[in-house]
This record gives sequence, structure tokens and C-alpha cells, in this order.
Amino acid sequence: MERRGLDTEELRSAVWPARRAGSRSAAVLWLVLRRVVWAVPVLLLVSLGVFLLAAASPFDPIHQYYGVRIYDASAADVARVRAELGLDRPVLSRFWEWLSGLFSGDLGVSRSMRQPVVEVVTQRLPWTLLLAGTGLALAVVFSLVVGTVAAWRQGGWLDRAVTALGHALEGVPPFVLALLAIAVFSLGLGWLPVAGLTDAGSSLGVGQVLEHLVLPAAVLGVSQAPWLVLHVRQSLLTALTEDHVNGARARGMGERIVVLRHALPTALLPFVALIGARVPELVTGAVLVEEVFSWPGVASAVVTAAKAADYPLLAVLTLLATAAVLLGSLLADVAAILLDPRVATDG
Amino acid sequence: MVELRQHDSSPTRKGEWRDVARSRAGTKRGRGATRSRTRLSVAVLALLLLAAVLVPWLSPSTGLVDYGSVRMPPAPGHPFGTDTSGRDLFTRSWAGLRISLLVAAVSTLVSTVLGSVVGTVAGSFGGWTDRLLMRLVDAVNSVPHLLLGIVIVALYRGTVLAVVLSIGLTHWATVARVVRSEVLGLRERPYVDAAISAGASRWWILRRHMLPAVVPQASLSAVLLVPHAVFHETALSFLGLGLPPHLASIGNILGDGREAVLLGAWWIVAFPALLLVATTLAVSGLAAAWRDRTVPARRSELTL
Repeated sequence: MERRGLDTEELRSAVWPARRAGSRSAAVLWLVLRRVVWAVPVLLLVSLGVFLLAAASPFDPIHQYYGVRIYDASAADVARVRAELGLDRPVLSRFWEWLSGLFSGDLGVSRSMRQPVVEVVTQRLPWTLLLAGTGLALAVVFSLVVGTVAAWRQGGWLDRAVTALGHALEGVPPFVLALLAIAVFSLGLGWLPVAGLTDAGSSLGVGQVLEHLVLPAAVLGVSQAPWLVLHVRQSLLTALTEDHVNGARARGMGERIVVLRHALPTALLPFVALIGARVPELVTGAVLVEEVFSWPGVASAVVTAAKAADYPLLAVLTLLATAAVLLGSLLADVAAILLDPRVATDG
Repeated sequence: MVELRQHDSSPTRKGEWRDVARSRAGTKRGRGATRSRTRLSVAVLALLLLAAVLVPWLSPSTGLVDYGSVRMPPAPGHPFGTDTSGRDLFTRSWAGLRISLLVAAVSTLVSTVLGSVVGTVAGSFGGWTDRLLMRLVDAVNSVPHLLLGIVIVALYRGTVLAVVLSIGLTHWATVARVVRSEVLGLRERPYVDAAISAGASRWWILRRHMLPAVVPQASLSAVLLVPHAVFHETALSFLGLGLPPHLASIGNILGDGREAVLLGAWWIVAFPALLLVATTLAVSGLAAAWRDRTVPARRSELTL
């Protein structure tokens, strides 16, 4: 082959002498390091904010601890419990104590569930991860297939149906979708169980859990899918107009190769970032879906904790969700660097 | 081996490639589609607002509890049926829509004002103020909005103010970002330089030259926020953490109807949900049309 000018590798090292081919792992490492350093003040700020909100709240946690029995308790008793829970000390000293507890693995005791927060989280987190992971996987696979087909046959009946349905579903909140799914698939057709992790009285088994997972995961997936489908479609349509795709067509390549091997990879780069940025919506969806389906995960614990003003649990769960959001965006950026050699790591 | 393909405007056969962007913005067809969508959104929204104002006022049925007619399916007397306490859902749904929209509008106003102030200050002061405020915006955006809203509502429970604050304090970050970038652009304008050389103070320039100029951007992001605020309020009320029960918002009605669905009374959820979805779609359709018309370049930035 005749050589004309520099090839890409030489060009790159000529333009950026510092960034050589082997430096991609260094770029990833650098990005991870910087994001972790940035995550510390964010998490601190969020926990301080939640603490201050709680301190300014007119709601006295002592009432939650006692319930109606507070009217029978003597003032001395109430004062003793107050001191035990540390509610009589200033906010900042409580915040400091809570923070040092966080680093030593002691997250305090949940007041609504009457068990250590660590236990609540470790018991419930796997179920949430299972539900959210399945839901997201369903949404991603579905939107990749449907979005690609819709863009490929732009203007066809499938494209028109998908676009219209996608725009319509954007306006349907996940809990409406969940109730609709229960009404149709559990009550109307009787195919799937209504709620919970297992049938009442039966033991925890893979088959049981899978059967109960289908409906919530599908609802979570469908509530996330519209943005993803429309995004895949739009970015594939843009990619189909790019020069290298025209070039591939000009060289007479088959339609399948042009779309799947030339256009789709370019179209999917922003899609990876989009998935990472969808974590907040995924958390929101998980809260609503878990609550409707009585799924025993951390997200439904948010609602339980909120109803009881269970502050220690609520603070930890908020931090957990924030960490999940930061992790999602970090993973998306790492994936973008690994998949696309052109991406400069500008954070 | 290489097979040449004709590029023409005739209907394509299967497997043949075709023009891609058929309805690009600016082409005749694209504009027509946008216009009809806008018209539809305006019509639906106007109808919904009119009904939300008029129906509870004119409705023949009082919407009071009536244990003689519990969970009645839709019938001429009760077009949407009745709920578990025998209240007429038609009256209740429209009244609920009114409350949901009012709460959403007020909280949108709160977060728009908050976001505009933060954005204007960050953009015009620059330096460390800007950096700190923008880090704050990033931090607020890192917490899922509904979760932060739930925390706020949990700690100040059961009042309209709590819900308004819960929405207002979580949604301002986007407005702040949009307004800041607008102010950054305005700072370079000659008329601002002229004001400075004429001896105007910083506050004068902010009040007289910056704030009026960011109003279009800020109000556009406010309209884009409304569907989010409606969703937020409905979700909170649905979870039992939102408005107090005597204010029947759409979320409260849906939350009450959860058990009724298990008894087969689908209409208790279906009709209020339909109103909710129609409103959300109409508002966001209108907002999207406005956005595409005024700032096509900012499309990605303003997509919430």
C-alpha cells in the first residue's frame, strides 16, 4: 500500500507528544482519581445539607421513637432517651460523630426498622441491584434493537409507531405504568404475581424470585426505555449522514455492514454517556416501582424511612444514591475513553 | 462486484438506502409537523385548564362521601365512576388536576427565581463565587431529585409548603446553569461596557441590564420545568408523602386508588392517570415547540 503522509498513530504522537498509545490506561486512572477526589466534597456537602435540613425540621424525632406512648412517659425518661439518642447535643457535633461513625462502619440505628442501618442496607441492597440491573439491561437491549430498526427503516410503520409511543410514554410516570401492569398482567390475565418477593408462605427460591421479578423489572425497563430508544434512533440517523458512512456506501458495501459496522458504533458512543447519566432517573423509578410492588429493596426503604422521619436511615440512603449517581457518570466516562480513542479526558 | 445504486426520490425498495433526515427543522414538512404539534398541544392544554377551572365549579354532583355508591363503574351519572368512599371521580379528578397544576406552577416559580438569582450571581461575579456556586449546582444535581424531595418532605411533613419547597429546592440547578451561560454571554456586550464606563454600579448593571435580558431564557426553562414539577408532586402524593389528604391532588387520588385496583376498580386509577398524562404531554409539547423556535442551538442544553 502506498503511504501518504502520517498515519493516525504518528499524527497523534506528533500533535500530542505526551499522549502515546499506551497512555490510555493512565488516562483512565487519572480520571478515576480525579473523580474520587471530587466525590468527597460532594458527599460531604450532601450529608451536611441533609443534616442541616433535619436540624431545622419542626419534627421532633423523640415522638417517632415513643409513638403515642410519649404521653405516658415521664419527663425524666424522655430526657434520658433524648440523651441516649444524642438529640440534646448541637447539630455540628452530632454531624461530626455521625461522620466518624461512617468511616468506622457504624452507621447508627434505624429508628423505623429498629435494626442497625448497616444491616438494613446489606439486606436490601442486593434486591435493589437485581431489580435495577435487570430493568436497565432490559431497557438497553430493547432500545438498541428497536432504535436501530426504527432508524434503519426511517418513516416506516415501525418507526412511526415507536416514535409516537416513545414520546407518549415520556409523559407516563412509572407508578401509573406499574398500576397498569398489575391491572393487566396480574389481575386481568393472571400471568404474574401482584407484588412481593415470593408468594405468601413459600420459601425463597430462584423460581419464585424470577417470577416476581418479571413485572417490576419490565415496568422499570419500560419507564426508562423511551429516552433511550429515541436517543439511539436520533443518533443513528445523524450517524447515517456522516462522511465515513457515505464512503462505505460509495465503496459498495452491503446495507447490513454499513449500518451495523460503520454507522452504529459512532452512534453508540454518546449512548454510553446517556446510560451513565440516567442513574438519577433509575433511582427515582426504583423508588416508585419498589413501593408499588412491595419489593424489599433499599428504594422502598426510603419511603418507609421518610414516613417515619427515620433520619439516620434516610441520610445513609441519600448518600448511597448520590454515590450511585457519581459512580454511574464515572463508569460512563471510563467506557467512553476505552471505546473511543479520540476522547480527551477533560473530566 | 461493486454495484452502483441509483439515488433518486422514487419510493425505495427493501434493502435500498434512502435519504436520511427527511423532516429536518426548517424544511417545509418539518415546520408543518411542528406547527400542528404545537396547535394540538395548545388546544389540549386550553381544554384541560378550562375544564379544571369549570368542572369542579359547575359539576352537578358534590363529590361528597356516599357509602351507598362505592366503587361504581363509569355511568352517565358518574362519567369517571366513583371511588372507595363513593365520591364522584369526575369532579374529584378535575379538582385534583387543578391542585396539581397550581402546586406545580408555584414550585416552578420558586425554583426559577432561585435558579435565576444563583445563575446571575455566578455568571456576573465570576471567579471564586462562580466556581463555588457551580460546584454547588453539580452537587445538587448529583442527588436524585425525587430522593432529595422525599428527604425534605419527610422532615417538614404534610403541608403544601413542604411540597413546594421540596420541588423548588431540587429543580433550580438546571435554571441556574442556563441563566449563568446566558449572563456570561451578556457580559461581553457593548452596552454593558457602556454602562460600566458611564459609572454604573455592579448592582445597577445586574438589575437593569442582566436580569431583564435573561428573562426569556429563564421563562423558557421554567415552562420546561412544569412537567417535572407535576411529576414530582404527583409522585410524592402517590407515596403518601405529599399534599395533605384533604387536598385531593391527582397523586393523592392515585395513591388512594392503589388498593382499589386490586379489587378490579380500574377506573379509579385510569381516568385521573389519563388526565395527568394528557396534561404532561401537552405542556411538554408546548415547551418543546417554544424551545425549538427560540433557541434551536440550545436544544441539548435545555432538554431536561
